[in-house]
Amino acid sequence: MSSAAPATLTPTANGVAPVRQPLTRKSLAADHPTWCPGCGDFAVLASFQRTLEKLQYPQENIVLFAGIGCSSRFPYFVNTHGGHFIHGRALPIAAGVSLSRDDLHVFVFGGDGDGFSIGGNHLVHTARKNVRITYIIMDNFVYGLTKKQTSPTSPVGFKTKTDPTGVLDQPINPMRALISSGATFVARSHASQVTHMTEMMERAARHDGFSVVEILSECVEFYPGAFDAANPRKNGAFKLIEEKKHDGSPEDAQRHDPTDEVAAFHLATLPWPGVFGVFYEANRPTKNRLEADLIARSREKTAGKSELQILQSTFARLR
Amino acid sequence: MVSPNFITVSDGDAAPAGQPRSIQDVVIRLAGNSQDGIQTIGGFLARLAGRSDQDVMTYMTIPSTISGGPSIFQVRMGTGDILSAGDRADVLVAFYQHSYEDHIESLRPGGVLLYDNDHVKPNPEDKRFTAIGVPVTSRTIEAVGGAAKDKGKNIFVLGLLARIFQLDVAKLTGLVRERFGGRTEDVVRNALLAFDAGYGYPADNLRDCFFRFEAVQRVSTRPQVTMDGNQALAYGLIAAGVRYGAAYPITPWSTIMEMLRAELPKYGGIFVQAEDELAAVSYALGAAYAGHLAVTGSSGPGLSLKMEALSWAVMAEMPLIVVNVQRGGPSTGLPTSVEQSDLLQGIFGSHGDTPRVVLAPKNVEDCFYIALEAGRIARQYSTPVLILTDQSLATRIEAFDEPDLAGLMVTAKPDLAERGADFKPYPLDRLTRHAPPGTRIASGKFPNVTGLEHDEDGHPSGNPAMHAKMTARRREKIKALGAELALPEVHGDREGEVLLVGWGSTWGPVREAVEHLRQSGRRAGQMHLRHLHPLPSGLDRIFARYRDVFVVEMNDEGLYGFGQLAMLLRARYANPAIRGINKTDGLTFKVSEIVDGVTRHPARNELRVTIPSFSR
Repeated sequence: MSSAAPATLTPTANGVAPVRQPLTRKSLAADHPTWCPGCGDFAVLASFQRTLEKLQYPQENIVLFAGIGCSSRFPYFVNTHGGHFIHGRALPIAAGVSLSRDDLHVFVFGGDGDGFSIGGNHLVHTARKNVRITYIIMDNFVYGLTKKQTSPTSPVGFKTKTDPTGVLDQPINPMRALISSGATFVARSHASQVTHMTEMMERAARHDGFSVVEILSECVEFYPGAFDAANPRKNGAFKLIEEKKHDGSPEDAQRHDPTDEVAAFHLATLPWPGVFGVFYEANRPTKNRLEADLIARSREKTAGKSELQILQSTFARLR
Repeated sequence: MVSPNFITVSDGDAAPAGQPRSIQDVVIRLAGNSQDGIQTIGGFLARLAGRSDQDVMTYMTIPSTISGGPSIFQVRMGTGDILSAGDRADVLVAFYQHSYEDHIESLRPGGVLLYDNDHVKPNPEDKRFTAIGVPVTSRTIEAVGGAAKDKGKNIFVLGLLARIFQLDVAKLTGLVRERFGGRTEDVVRNALLAFDAGYGYPADNLRDCFFRFEAVQRVSTRPQVTMDGNQALAYGLIAAGVRYGAAYPITPWSTIMEMLRAELPKYGGIFVQAEDELAAVSYALGAAYAGHLAVTGSSGPGLSLKMEALSWAVMAEMPLIVVNVQRGGPSTGLPTSVEQSDLLQGIFGSHGDTPRVVLAPKNVEDCFYIALEAGRIARQYSTPVLILTDQSLATRIEAFDEPDLAGLMVTAKPDLAERGADFKPYPLDRLTRHAPPGTRIASGKFPNVTGLEHDEDGHPSGNPAMHAKMTARRREKIKALGAELALPEVHGDREGEVLLVGWGSTWGPVREAVEHLRQSGRRAGQMHLRHLHPLPSGLDRIFARYRDVFVVEMNDEGLYGFGQLAMLLRARYANPAIRGINKTDGLTFKVSEIVDGVTRHPARNELRVTIPSFSR
């Protein structure tokens, strides 16, 4: 998609070229978030607004969609077009928007339950189809909106209201699941690291394809301290992925090649709390592109005909 | 108007031997296996009838097994309006012994049994029919030769039927060339060889069974087109301006999505095969949100899966067309049979108070027009509109006047005109005019569409009074549509003993039944509903003019003794004259079943399917 373009149109008095005001955090602010004080999602919101400031898309062409969950309230808090859909189906509705309107920048927000549990099938297939969407998953390892039930990323042994003696089932490994599904941009960040989050979001938005950023975002109410192990301010280690610079240096050989799927899998299986950054990045034709090509090929055969003439010739064959 | 559905063969006729007898219409049932290309013969006859300005209606059963298995195709063709596929066949073509045994009772006494005597040994004691044995298999092999084996039997039979019914050979062979023209020259040559062999089969063996259709005066000057109901619906959607959609394959819906997938790119659109039904409706809603008229569709079980998202569409007020090609249920049920048992699911199937628009086409031609009507309502009222068609319409081929496409075709682009500072996505006193993304808003505040209860600006609201007001708003807008709808016309007697009420594909058989009843001296009328929810206002004035009101439906009488529409009409009008004529055998209504239902109705126990003893 196009990058920097002025953001808000201000019509000029003489009706000539309108001048756009740049997008600012102020013009992007909408409802005050309903999250609990201290929720990691506040930082995600701030990072996203900062990302939009950098991208400077036309404001009316930005679309945010979400499913159900605490983090899925996101679209209400950003002043853009958007929608609050049903649980787990934010990806397919956003895919419908993206495929039918190539002029839009489509973002999806959601949590671990929405993305990996009830919407798990859509995550696999949207990744496989490589629909042009940027998906931000705020992963807190617990169901917060419904007050502490087991999530698909809850670690074994974590006590919840639906597993009062501790979680039994093995959690999803989001990075591994996303890479194997065919997502073409897969990154991981932490809500305590605003600069890193913003960088990941910007790269994801600029990626031509289905891009996903999983952000560990703490639920202070139902899973406090869940991500301390990766938070330097809590004596944890925020270990970054060093990406190859292709400079021929000996240390470059040790760096991660994001186009190497096997290496990405290796990073995804590192022990908790693992590493952060871009795990995988590949160029593969988007479904948007493939459908546009299909349309172009179909129209070659009907060159110069109006829609009415195409239908009329079909009916003539059915006489 | 109504053709007699009778030809006479054995009981002596005015025509001298060897001369073709004049007939108005004929019902031919072809029975074989699915790989024999039975449908192909039916398709050729239907297209021929369409091109010859004859009316035509077909009735197909397809086995739900993957390949092989018995298959039938019934075609009724003739002059005048053909309203039903015909209760009994005038001609039965039996390819195998099982075809003969399974279908001989569907042949009316005096009818013609045409059988492949390479495979079929008819009962010699059965003197009810004129039996003509033709070595279809061996003659086809002889004519085509080589490796084709008995492939082409269907075309041989087509030639035979062309001879018997004096059909237009030039037109038929033209159709054969069109049909097979895309393949190798061998295929066309073999097909024509088989056709000629059938047509040239020695006439004296056919025992003077020759017929000719009466000449017809067609009123319309428009050419006829011939297609099945799913085709008519798919092209209707395109004419209605649908350019985007998504679905998941399910019988008998699939052929619509196959066509849209192939056709929409020509119009610059996209049809997505989604990973499941939930994704399908969501994709379509995404296109709707983006400002397009979009479609999703399915059959019964798939519609159930879409219900949650359809509730969202009512709440968020998104325009959407949803097609449900009904089949026998519940669950996987009878995937290749017909039933009208999704009406209440269509109207009430979602959670919450979810007023929704439901329409049903009455015949194949109407599948085209109902799509235009659905598009009009979806746009005007910014709401999902459900089209309830069914398996019998989906696969039935009819000929009808080519629509005036130039006058009907809708082309629309997303409405991205800037909205004023007073823009409200959900105004309490007006219809929603959705602002798709890309639309600038003068106030600088962009709207959210949401499934949460909301205020006029689309902000989530848990205010008790606001929920009551918004619930009323969603109800009142659908009631406003009901008030706009014209009262359906009554066919037949405008007052009298019996009013037959129908919806969907029963239109033809009900109309024929009304004619039968009137010919037998009863004062009977037909009222057919295309708009099922909301109902047009004022139906009670029509009901009041008849002693009995029978609602004819292909669904069960339910726990309280009324079919799904009958229950709705009783709830709406509290009129005890409303009763039902129902059936649940997965087959279309025969005219005689409806007539029987009316004449024997006071003794309903004769007709009701009951289980002799049922205890806990």
